[in-house]
Amino acid sequence: MTDSRPVLTMTGISKSFPGVRALHNVNVRLFPGEVHALMGENGAGKSTLIKVLTGVYDTDEGTITLDGESVSFSGPMQATAAGVSTVFQEVNLCTNLSVAENIFIGREPRLLGAVRWGEVRRRARALLARLDLDLDVSAPLGSYSLAIQQMVAIARAIDIKARVLILDEPTSSLDAGEVAQLFRIMRQLRGEGIAILFVTHFLDQVYEIADRITVLRNGGLVGEYLTAELPQLSLVEKMIGKELDVLEGIEEHSRRDLTALEEGTPLVAVSNFGRAGAVEPFSLTIHAGEVVGLAGLLGSGRTEVARLLFGADRPDGGQVVVDGTASSLRTPAQAIDHGVGFCSENRRAEGIVADLSVRENMILAMQAARGWLRPIPRRRQDELVDRYVKALNIRPADPEVPVRNLSGGNQQKVLLARWLITEPRLLILDEPTRGIDIGAKTEIQKLVTQLSDGGMAVLFISAELEEVLRLSHKVAVMRDRQMVAQLANDDSLDADRIMQTIATGSHREEADR
Amino acid sequence: MNATMGRYRAVTGHRLFWPAAVLVVMLAANTIYRPGFLSIELKDGHLYGSPIDILRLSAPLILVALGMTLVISTGGIDLSVGSVCAISGAIACMYISKQSDQNSLAVVLTALAMALGVALVLGAWNGVLVAVIGIQPIIATLILMVAGRGLAQLITQGQIITINSEPFRAIGLGHLLTLPLAIFIALAAALLVAAFTRRTALGMIVESVGGNAEASRLAGIRSGRVIFLAYVLSAVCAAVAGFMMTANVSSADGNAVGLWVELDAILAVVIGGTSLAGGRFFLSGTIIGALIIQTLTTTVYAMDISPQTSLLFKAVVVIAVCLIQAPAFRARFARRRRGAPKPNTIADKPKEQVPA
Repeated sequence: MTDSRPVLTMTGISKSFPGVRALHNVNVRLFPGEVHALMGENGAGKSTLIKVLTGVYDTDEGTITLDGESVSFSGPMQATAAGVSTVFQEVNLCTNLSVAENIFIGREPRLLGAVRWGEVRRRARALLARLDLDLDVSAPLGSYSLAIQQMVAIARAIDIKARVLILDEPTSSLDAGEVAQLFRIMRQLRGEGIAILFVTHFLDQVYEIADRITVLRNGGLVGEYLTAELPQLSLVEKMIGKELDVLEGIEEHSRRDLTALEEGTPLVAVSNFGRAGAVEPFSLTIHAGEVVGLAGLLGSGRTEVARLLFGADRPDGGQVVVDGTASSLRTPAQAIDHGVGFCSENRRAEGIVADLSVRENMILAMQAARGWLRPIPRRRQDELVDRYVKALNIRPADPEVPVRNLSGGNQQKVLLARWLITEPRLLILDEPTRGIDIGAKTEIQKLVTQLSDGGMAVLFISAELEEVLRLSHKVAVMRDRQMVAQLANDDSLDADRIMQTIATGSHREEADR
Repeated sequence: MNATMGRYRAVTGHRLFWPAAVLVVMLAANTIYRPGFLSIELKDGHLYGSPIDILRLSAPLILVALGMTLVISTGGIDLSVGSVCAISGAIACMYISKQSDQNSLAVVLTALAMALGVALVLGAWNGVLVAVIGIQPIIATLILMVAGRGLAQLITQGQIITINSEPFRAIGLGHLLTLPLAIFIALAAALLVAAFTRRTALGMIVESVGGNAEASRLAGIRSGRVIFLAYVLSAVCAAVAGFMMTANVSSADGNAVGLWVELDAILAVVIGGTSLAGGRFFLSGTIIGALIIQTLTTTVYAMDISPQTSLLFKAVVVIAVCLIQAPAFRARFARRRRGAPKPNTIADKPKEQVPA
């Protein structure tokens, strides 16, 4: 399937930033008509490599050749013009513009300087049809889900006559169906002879679609492998450079006796709790020390449940009982007073305050609860921050740098720390492990187990069923904005049964409620 | 060598370096043009000289700009400060003018208290429009900017109210320890605002709300209260500035007091390094910004630049100041001048910070 001559080679690439050697002597080859997975933990240098390739950064050393000719792009625009298109991890589109405008922004078909809007819409529709997407191209992009926005970003990239397509974690916000759709497109493009560089954290996806794998670790090249010849376990070992026994400890902790936890007054019990257009009324009981998993496809209402429980959105009605007393959760501040914390899945928009330092981001929720008139003494701040920077292994370990300078995984840990500092009794984690590397993921999973052992209740939302199963005492299943089942996590529960529930929406009466 | 370079970068990298450098260059240019510019003399127990004048005249602008800094930091803007200056000045002068003994300290204090009370109400009005009703700040404060001039006219009944009150005049022209009293008032206000924001958590919470409103709400911050407070504080600062402006001329003119001061204040805030998009704010930067603007005005007079061209001259200088402050512009300029960038220069900074 692959030609003998690579379409793109990067040889001996090195790149340093002040105090950090981001890439050191890295080689990558891309052949026409292959999907090439670029693997590595956060901080391995994947993003830097892509930015070097597309000209966002200059190289310190090394050469890039495209079709045998040495190239050096001055930026993504020039790279795109030369046939190297990139879809970046965070969707870089304008949600206030229409779908069609987003696809053609910066290169609208023009006639005498005027944009030919009819042509823009017609071509946008044609492109989306190629991706099997039926969208109103005149509607604002923001009216569609993150997943659809991602597909639009891909449509934008493949419109240009791309020979190399770089997909930087395109699947991190897609559900299974959408991933399948994306893979179909990727196979189609591969068939057309395009070389695809695919960055992802999902191992299964790599083995489903990639022909070849390049592994980076700590800025250095580990090696290039044919997917068929590299067992999954070896890949993980090469990525993290150590034996993978970290997950085992967690397995033992889960699947504990639920009945013991369910005695006594529930921490939070809601009934008939819902919001029109977001999620149908549901009832849910959470006890101290209990981990409740929330499973379901993207857009099934998982996040909406979390937002209602935290008061981020107002419920239409229903009853809330906290510690056995009728209560209400109508604003985040009110929820926090009841000891609820919420890590949003949308880290950048709803989580971090990019301008503020790591320290300030960490103490924000605690300070908000105290009110501005009672500042947390600086010594106490430093104590708390220092403790959590160590406990969560946040890097760089300098609390005074702006949080925007941290990688995604570390920003996630800062958010976790923000809530842990408030010592919540119920912590809602919406996709806390999305888009972060396997090491950080394991640390967060371990932490959830430890917290629940210590008596904290956790509502854990994740698209990965294995993760939900590993951590939860019971699993609430969402389907089409309805909570269709609550399943006790005993020996009989496995991913298949959850998927079946998601697919059919059938209630099982052996469930705990 | 390396240590020297490190220190050099620490100085030039400081966020106040460029505004301060601009101020120094302006003062130097004035001194070259008029060698006696920096000289200060003691006459009748008071210090006189251009630097003292600049400090005294910039006091009202500093006051207005301090409040504006907080409002801008929340992501808002307050266009009504000029009108608030006029209203507070008008109320104070009107009340004093009606009294038989205009030189009584009690009369003046009552007048100030009345005017401050009204300013609190005006600030609360802005705060409610923005924080409770949710009107965009530029529109919400535009209402009071326009209506406030009318209100000031109503208070003075369309007249220019002239008073003859020594205690009131002292706010603008009095002296303390050989220096103009206005300087101390501005300094005290700056220290108060700094303590109010940095000794409490107000500053951080304002920056958080301005930096990311939704994330702040989800962290449990009741942003409405903080935003409300910022507008109230802005109005109070403007009112005190209004006292100074009217005291300088011992009269209140509803049309002229504080005219366009909102624009100078916004400029001072921006020159000081606070982003119009909200987020981090820098009070010390704002003060330097206000001093730069006043120095510029003084320069225009001192250099006998004709009134027809003085606004244009100011505009050109302001553009230059903003450009010099922009790191992107400096980097480009430095690179073009040197050809290839050398290590340890400003041009050497990477395009983006280190990704982790």
